Amino acid sequence: MIKRFFAWLDDRSGLLTATQHALEHPVPPRTGWWYVFGSATLLAFVLQVVTGIALATAYVPSSGQAYDSLKFISEQALLGRFLRGMHYFGASAMVLLIGIHVSRTYLMAAYKFPRELNWLSGAVLLLLTLALAFTGQLLRWDQNAVWSVIVGAAQAGRMPIVGRDMARFILAGDTIGGATLSRFFAFHVFFIPALVFVLIGLHLALVLRHGISERPKAGEPVDPATYRAKYAALLRREGVPFWPDAAWRDVVFGACVVATVVFLAVIVGPPDLGRPPDPSILQADPRPDWYLLWYFAVLALVPAHLENVIIILGPLLFGAILILLPIFNQGERSVRRRPWAGLLVVFIWTTIVSFWYAAQRADWSPDFTAQPLSASVIRSSDPTVVEGARLFHEKGCEFCHAIEGSGGQRGPDLSQVASRMSQLQIEGRITNGGPNMPPYARSLTPEEMRTIATFLATRR
Amino acid sequence: MDPTDRSDPAPSHPSAPSADPDRRRFLTRISIGLSTLVAAVMGIPVVGFLVSPLIRKAPRVWRAVGPVDRFKLGETVNVSFEDASPLPWAGVTARSAAWLRRDSEIQFTAFSVHCTHLGCPVRWFGEAELFLCPCHGGVYNADGSVAAGPPPHPLPQYPVQVRNGQVEILTSRIPIA
Repeated sequence: MIKRFFAWLDDRSGLLTATQHALEHPVPPRTGWWYVFGSATLLAFVLQVVTGIALATAYVPSSGQAYDSLKFISEQALLGRFLRGMHYFGASAMVLLIGIHVSRTYLMAAYKFPRELNWLSGAVLLLLTLALAFTGQLLRWDQNAVWSVIVGAAQAGRMPIVGRDMARFILAGDTIGGATLSRFFAFHVFFIPALVFVLIGLHLALVLRHGISERPKAGEPVDPATYRAKYAALLRREGVPFWPDAAWRDVVFGACVVATVVFLAVIVGPPDLGRPPDPSILQADPRPDWYLLWYFAVLALVPAHLENVIIILGPLLFGAILILLPIFNQGERSVRRRPWAGLLVVFIWTTIVSFWYAAQRADWSPDFTAQPLSASVIRSSDPTVVEGARLFHEKGCEFCHAIEGSGGQRGPDLSQVASRMSQLQIEGRITNGGPNMPPYARSLTPEEMRTIATFLATRR
Repeated sequence: MDPTDRSDPAPSHPSAPSADPDRRRFLTRISIGLSTLVAAVMGIPVVGFLVSPLIRKAPRVWRAVGPVDRFKLGETVNVSFEDASPLPWAGVTARSAAWLRRDSEIQFTAFSVHCTHLGCPVRWFGEAELFLCPCHGGVYNADGSVAAGPPPHPLPQYPVQVRNGQVEILTSRIPIA
């Protein structure tokens, strides 16, 4: 009976035959574990859709109520905290996996003939994934999210001619307000996922049409005139059905990804909600989530005269490179014959990790949490020195300058400042300021300045 | 329900009358034209709705932030006020803030709280007489001029007035671009 039902269903819909054809389509042998990242990215997206739908049943996409609904989900709803954690770490997995998948595709030059459109559809999916990640962070709709929207709008505002309009489009007006969150919700939940579904469909259809790229071999360049015949001959000679000969690795790796996400959701949990989304609360320290944190460091460290170039041309250049890459669709695929490709991937990942590390430290930011210097650091009972140490903290010097590990890293460490500057020079620097340091002539009395300099003159 | 019946009900090529090339061309054109019209009817209002914030002229209104006597001479304090026309569901997001300083008996200066680098919230540190930005280390002097860091411009100022014993600030857009 069941068999007859499926036979009827297949006759009328063709679904079972099509699925069987897709699952059993021949793939090159020995593809190995490098080929699992695409399917794992897809699995992470499915995870996002499933957990996202569940969260959307309780989330209120209203500027005035979203924060409270998230508090409810996190603190009261059954499994709400776990689902938020799954959604957060699922997003992290998706960003990481698509990054590795793109890197692998580039390293193995799988974008070359006849898979140029596979690459282009994948490139757009990469950009959409980043857009999903950014808009998702904003839906947390706490203080950090609100200020992140403003920072995003300010970057868009740097664009010549259309900048102000782009900023207003992002804010949905002149300020943060009732319309801002609804807009990001619609983009995060409807518009971008719809595009992702369409592009994933195209991407998979292209994978079936052109087949999975074979492992590249040095000395076997891609020649559009002969490639398809050689690939077909390879499949006839050594091809194996995708299911289960190759797919088992995707399943095993996918299960590991889901297990990791579940583990982190349980052990670490979702990011804490910050203060309420009240733009009038100024005790804020906006930071993007980890996957965009490296860009936060770029904006702090890039020289001022290059900043607009980076903000405006950087994304355009990145997009143009992704789109234009398949122009070079012939020749060697093996990274042994394209060592610069390997170096480029290493360079990009090293750069991102380095900036990410710099952003973790954020040495350029004043340390507003700096505590008064302890007696063990001051190491003096001289009242002037002790008073100088007190003023050093009170007047904000310690926000930017550290002494024996206490204080900010924005300015030079002053633990041994007296070994390189005299007291007079120190006073002069405080009075007149220096590179990246404001002058304090107007905010300190001569007596206060002398007292601070007396304290600093003991640091050697 | 006969799964063995696999006869194809559709003929491989349609025959007359649409086999006439002129008729077929006409039908193609009218179908594409109508489809485009339908897409435009659906799409234009949607696009217009999405870009409406660009067209809408935001009103500016004076908002009271407190009686004059509340502010000490020379002191810089954080004041908050409601946006010009908040939506009913905006909640706390309808609030804005400014750094307000009393310069004389009747004169006040109100600085934007947005760093001109990338819009982060600057904080006033009275002891150092500086505005500091927590994001990328921008520093402003007490008069709003740039003292250090990446900000390209001084802190913008809001118009302020004193009316009926109340200090009022004119609501403004977030100073971007």
